Amino acid sequence: MTPRSPAKAGAQERASAAAAAPWTPASAGKQLDFGTEYLLRLGDDALVLGQRLSEWCGHGPALEVDISLANLALDLVGQATLLLNEAGDGDQLAFHRDVLDFKNCLLVEQPNGDFAQTIARHLLYTTWQHMLLQRLTQLGDQFLREFATKAVKEIAYHRELASEWTIRLGDGTEESTRRMAEGLDWNWRFVPELFEVDDGLQAAIDAGIAPDPREFENDYRTAIAAVLAEARLEPPADQRPILGGRRGHHSEHLGHLLAVMQFLPRTYPDATW
Amino acid sequence: MSGHDWPLWEVFVRSKGGLSHRHVGSVHAPDAELALRHARDTYTRRMEGVSLWVVPSAEIVASDPDETGELFEPAESKIYRHPTFYDIPDEVKHI
Repeated sequence: MTPRSPAKAGAQERASAAAAAPWTPASAGKQLDFGTEYLLRLGDDALVLGQRLSEWCGHGPALEVDISLANLALDLVGQATLLLNEAGDGDQLAFHRDVLDFKNCLLVEQPNGDFAQTIARHLLYTTWQHMLLQRLTQLGDQFLREFATKAVKEIAYHRELASEWTIRLGDGTEESTRRMAEGLDWNWRFVPELFEVDDGLQAAIDAGIAPDPREFENDYRTAIAAVLAEARLEPPADQRPILGGRRGHHSEHLGHLLAVMQFLPRTYPDATW
Repeated sequence: MSGHDWPLWEVFVRSKGGLSHRHVGSVHAPDAELALRHARDTYTRRMEGVSLWVVPSAEIVASDPDETGELFEPAESKIYRHPTFYDIPDEVKHI
């Protein structure tokens, strides 16, 4: 074996964010390695938002919209599969973890409400996710870089579609304008959490595997304001931010979502399909 | 489900470079931009295409079914119009 230079060894260690300590059931409730923690944050965002969107299946406002929303859901569940399998056993993580161990942000677990509220949530989340993924493609973790290179194209479409619908509903009828404004108002207080940097995220930023979201907060605010201006909507007034999802402090809505999602594999552990 | 107050759009997909767009079906959408997105989500989700057209269905000018006789039947007896009297080389595709 040829000796590796220290720099190269460092790059090797970072080849997988989760290589140091993959998630196991014994990790529940424990402090996680920052790489695993970061994979869970991204993976849980995608899983929970994908599950939320899939609730629309068969209930969309039109057949074409129903298919659109199902496609978006499938993109996100696919992303979650990649991320959670990198963090540990994906099925174990998705179906056998309790609510306190979920690391998703509060925005993605918010209820669908009406179509406008779903679009508001999707605009606010995927605009952030798109800016994050663009930066992840440039960073040091090989898995996350490759993941981001694939996912950024999917999410660019999500962001565009959510923007198009926001503009049409905002600048539509009296009813659609009212509903779009109410949908934004519901979700607005969960935006600050997207830009919160706690110790776990700071460690991932310092290690060069995660972008610092504060670097693109101004771009984000500008981009959202531009869509809202085209939609002839006023940005909602800033409300008291609600934080804590990344630490497992979730709203009541996540427990109900998990109950539906996890029911079958927990009740019939040997089920196959 | 509602959405049927939206106009209908005919969808054409080019399956790969060099081939023509082919009619694959239709979607409802409130405007052209969303018609393209609905067409993408409905008809190209299994890698069916590299290019999409959408056309307002109302803009299609169709032949009258009552005129089928005078429009199409005269072609039935014109076998000499078919290019079947010479061989097509095997390498020539898509004819």
